[in-house]
Formats: sequence, C-alpha cells, structure tokens
Amino acid sequence: MAHFAFEVREAGADAPRALALRGALTVQTLTRLETLLAGQPAGTATVLDLSGVEHMDTAGAWSLVRFAGRGQGVRLQGLSPRLQSLLDAVRDAMPRPDPPAPAPYGLREFLEGTGRRVASAGQLAVELSAYLGVFLARLGRAVRHPSEFRMTSLVHHCQDVGWRAVPIVALMGFLIGVVLAFQGSVQLRQFGAEVFVVELIAISILRELGILLTAIIVAGRTASAFTAAIGSMKMREEIDAMRTLGIDPAMVLFVPRILALLITLPILALIANIAGFVGGALMAWAELGISPGMFYVRLTDQISIDHAIVGFSKAPVFAVIIGVIGCHAGMRVESNTESLGRMTSAAVVAAIFAVIAADALFSVFYARVGL
Amino acid sequence: MAEDPIIRIRGLRNQFGAQVVHEDLDLDLWRGEVVGVVGGSGTGKSVLLRTIAGLRRPQAGSIEIFGKDALGCTDDERRAIDLRMGVMFQDGALFSSLTVRENVEVPLQAVPGLTPTLRHELADLKISLSGLPWFAGDKYPSELSGGMRKRAGLARAIALDPEVVFLDEPTAGLDPIGATAFDVLIRQLADSLGLTVFLVTHDLDTLHAACDRIAVLAERKVLVTGSMADMLHVDHPWVREYFHGPRSRAAIEATTRTA
Repeated sequence: MAHFAFEVREAGADAPRALALRGALTVQTLTRLETLLAGQPAGTATVLDLSGVEHMDTAGAWSLVRFAGRGQGVRLQGLSPRLQSLLDAVRDAMPRPDPPAPAPYGLREFLEGTGRRVASAGQLAVELSAYLGVFLARLGRAVRHPSEFRMTSLVHHCQDVGWRAVPIVALMGFLIGVVLAFQGSVQLRQFGAEVFVVELIAISILRELGILLTAIIVAGRTASAFTAAIGSMKMREEIDAMRTLGIDPAMVLFVPRILALLITLPILALIANIAGFVGGALMAWAELGISPGMFYVRLTDQISIDHAIVGFSKAPVFAVIIGVIGCHAGMRVESNTESLGRMTSAAVVAAIFAVIAADALFSVFYARVGL
Repeated sequence: MAEDPIIRIRGLRNQFGAQVVHEDLDLDLWRGEVVGVVGGSGTGKSVLLRTIAGLRRPQAGSIEIFGKDALGCTDDERRAIDLRMGVMFQDGALFSSLTVRENVEVPLQAVPGLTPTLRHELADLKISLSGLPWFAGDKYPSELSGGMRKRAGLARAIALDPEVVFLDEPTAGLDPIGATAFDVLIRQLADSLGLTVFLVTHDLDTLHAACDRIAVLAERKVLVTGSMADMLHVDHPWVREYFHGPRSRAAIEATTRTA
C-alpha cells in the first residue's frame, strides 16, 4: 500500500535540478524519503515536483517542509490543493525549540552531582528527625488530650502489624532455632562440647537474631504497607483534605501506626524467641540427644536475664525507625503512580538498612558497657 | 455522499448483565466529518466509543471499519485497523512513567525502520500540532495541567496520522477558555489533516464549534442524527430539553454573534 518512487531529472545549466516524487509520502516511507532528501546536494536550486504524490501524512509533510527550509533554492510545486493545505498546517506548526538551558558538564557536573547527593542525604536525615519529633510531640499531645487520640485506629493497626505477622515471625524463629542447633552441634561435637549448644542458641537468639530478624521481616511487611497506604492518600489529595478540615495528619496517620509498631514489635520478638527455642530444642534432641527437659534446665540455669534485656531494649528503637521511615516515605509520594512504587521500595530498603545499622551501634554500645 | 461510510454500525447490542445499554443501534461515520455523540448519563456514550475502538466486544451486531468486518476479523487485521485509528481518553491516559515526548513516541515505535532521531522529531511535531509549547515535551504527565494533559493525549492519538480519531469528553474539566481553544484545535486538525473525528461530549459549545453532525443516543439507540439546526426541530422530550435549555440558547447565541 505504501509505495513510493522518485525520479531525478538533471537539467541543463540554465534550468534548476528537478526531482519528481510519486506515490505515498507517509510515516511508513519516511525513512526512504529522508535518505533521498538528505542525499541531495546542498545549496543547488532544486525543484520538487509533487504532482505524482497521491497520499501524504504529517510525517511526509514535515520532511518536505524541513527540506524546503534547508536552502533558498528549493521549490515545491504541483501538490494537490488538499495536500497543500496539510503542508501549510504542518509548516505553521513546525516545533520551535526553546534555547537549551546551559547544562553543567565534566568535572563541574561531577562535583555538582556529588554535592547534590550529599546535600539530599543530609536533608533526608534532617527530615527523618523532624518526623520523629512530630511523632513524639503528637504522642505527648495525645497523652494530654486523650480525646484526640484514635483508639480504634491503633487497635486496627496492631492487628495488621502484629497479629497478622505472627505466623511468619514464628515460622522464621523456629527455622532459625533449627539451623543454629544443627550447625552448632556439628561444630561443637568436634570438641565434645555438645551441651553448650543450648547456650549458643539461647544467647544468639536472645541478644541478636530474634529481634533483628523480626525487625527485618516487619520492616519488609510494614514499612511498605505504611508507605503505600499514606502515599495513596497523598496521591488522591486526602491528606490535603484532612488539613483543610482541621484534622492533623500526623495525629491521625502517624501516631496510631508507629505506636502500633512500638507495642507489637517486642511481642513479635518474644514469639520469635520462643519459637527459636522450640526449634533449637527439637533439633538438639534429635541430633545430640539433649532432652527438652535438659534443654530447659540449662536454659534457665546458665543464661542470664541480661541477654534478654539487651535484646528487648532494641525493640522500641527498631519500631520507631521502621515506623518513621515508612510514614516519611509515604508523605514523599508525589501525584504520579510511579513515585508510589519507587517510594515503597525505597522505604523497605531504607528501613532494613537503618535497622541493621542501629543493631551494629547497639552491639558496640553494649560491648563497651559490658552487658 | 457516494462513497461508503468509513465506519458502519448495524444492529449493535451491548449488555451488562440484565441491563441492556444498546439495542439495534445503527450509526454511519463518513470520511472527513466530525461527529459529536450526546446523550444523558448512562446512555452508553463511552460504551459505544469503547466498542468501536475495539476495547469491548458487543453481544450482537456488526461493525465495519474501513470496509472490513471489525468483529469477525483476525487479530492481525484488527491490529491493522487499530493502527489507522487513534483514541484520546478522558484524562489523556498518558503513561505516567514516560515524558510527554516519550508518550507520543510509543505508537511511532510500531513503524519499522524509523530511527530514534526521526521518531523524536516527529513526536515534537505532533506535540506542536496539538498546540503544546516546546518545553512540554520533556515534562511528565503529572507536571502538566488538565488541559495540557488532554492535548498531550491528543498528540499521542494522532501520532500515526490515523484516519479516525475518537475523543472521549475532550473538554470535560477544562475552563471555558481552555475548552474553546480545544474546540478550535479539533476543528483545525480535522480540516487540515483530513481527520474523521468521533467525539463524545456533554459540552454544547463543542457541538456548536467543532461538530458537523450530532448523533443523539437515547432509548438504547441512535435516536437521531443531524446538524445543530436539525436538533432544534426534533420532537423528543430529552432532545428538546437538551437543545432548548438555557445553556443551549447561550451557546447558539455565542456562535451566531461570532459568525
């Protein structure tokens, strides 16, 4: 359907060069047309005979207009009136580029980009601490004015964040206990110190693994849920609507969510610890013949309560980190759907990273303190 | 008109559960005309548009587009038909992760052998044709106003120089000045590019300013078609109320003043 042909007639020295085009000048034949026109010698007078053109679309017209604008000597003739009006319309609408803004390049661009990234990282830290401050301030206000506090919302979020996470957290804890017992028994058997597998499991789970892995699972589950929920409200201008109605978004959205995390994360960590002990005890029984009774006695006799205190002391910090990062990312969602997805995954990555970094700081701190 | 209609609909039936939206609906679209479809809420204007555009399969009836049976054809034939049609959705339906220029380039990617530079420059032309300023090409849809998003949607709809363009509520949500400018743009493009336009609207000003022919949807079918003047003589309660209401009178006065 899209046939296209041309014919070049070289004229004498007195007459201009003539180029006859026939067929369809459309987007389908545009590449061939452009190649042909680009191959014409520049600066020579050329007549384009278009009387054989049956079909033309804006792409063909655009190409002709561009060719005609190349030099003074180019003339278009013979176009049918209908196609001529199309050509005129395209000529009127030819895009006129704005002068490009001077873009930084080279070393300057590198330095500028680095500066921007550092500044935005600093900005992020400032914003996160501002959100923490807002949360604490609203929490204080809720204590003074209990009527403003949304109890139903808190219960709802506790169910979402806590209760619904119990199966996955318990399973994770159980499997961690199994793995520790199995790996521990293999190593400790070499020294005939199998019985210390109880201490190995108890201390590592109580101090580190129980709370850390629970926090990581919660960060993946909950930070993303917070961001998605708050972000989609932000996208549909619900948050702006709240402000105009005199409702404080921080009080309604942040406080119940972060408080729900504060309440449920230690409970989830406790469940993970117990599940870990059960898994470890079962594996120790199967692999090393340490009976559950023996396991229990060693656990209660040998393991100081300090380890549990160290572990649980991290829970509120992790909860606040996850909650603040999730809420903050939700508020940074813009009015397009893409930013919602981007901020949701950014929230998960940031929350997990921050939890692990905080855990490292805790380790250093407790080592110095001697706990 | 001697030639065949570009789109011929016969005996169309659309049904959602027990609710029949269209029954025995006939409509012809002739080459080069701008047809405005009006009708009360729930009369299935958008459903009709989606059915012709191939987004919905009717329960019964036949649709012929460019002389081909659009319902009984193979997927490849349907695709060939789709390439000759453009649709502008109500809010533009632009891909939010792409800039306006990239949005317009999407249909151009179907053309074999087009280099990225050419595609880029053609997209710029379409953006300019739809009356958007140069800088709009680099913006994301979320950074544009409602009127500009509609223009960008139109630029994407005409990217492949379709023969038929479907516009769903082109002026809904625009201020009167923006709506008038859009009416003028539709008329200009229809005249200069030789487009056939099928537009669904509530806007009486658009019917006046842009449409050659008006089709009224009521009682599950196309009740009547004709020019604006014809509509004033139709004896049907809804049509009478619609075209004799205060808004309609204002629109008629406005066009006669400017004419």
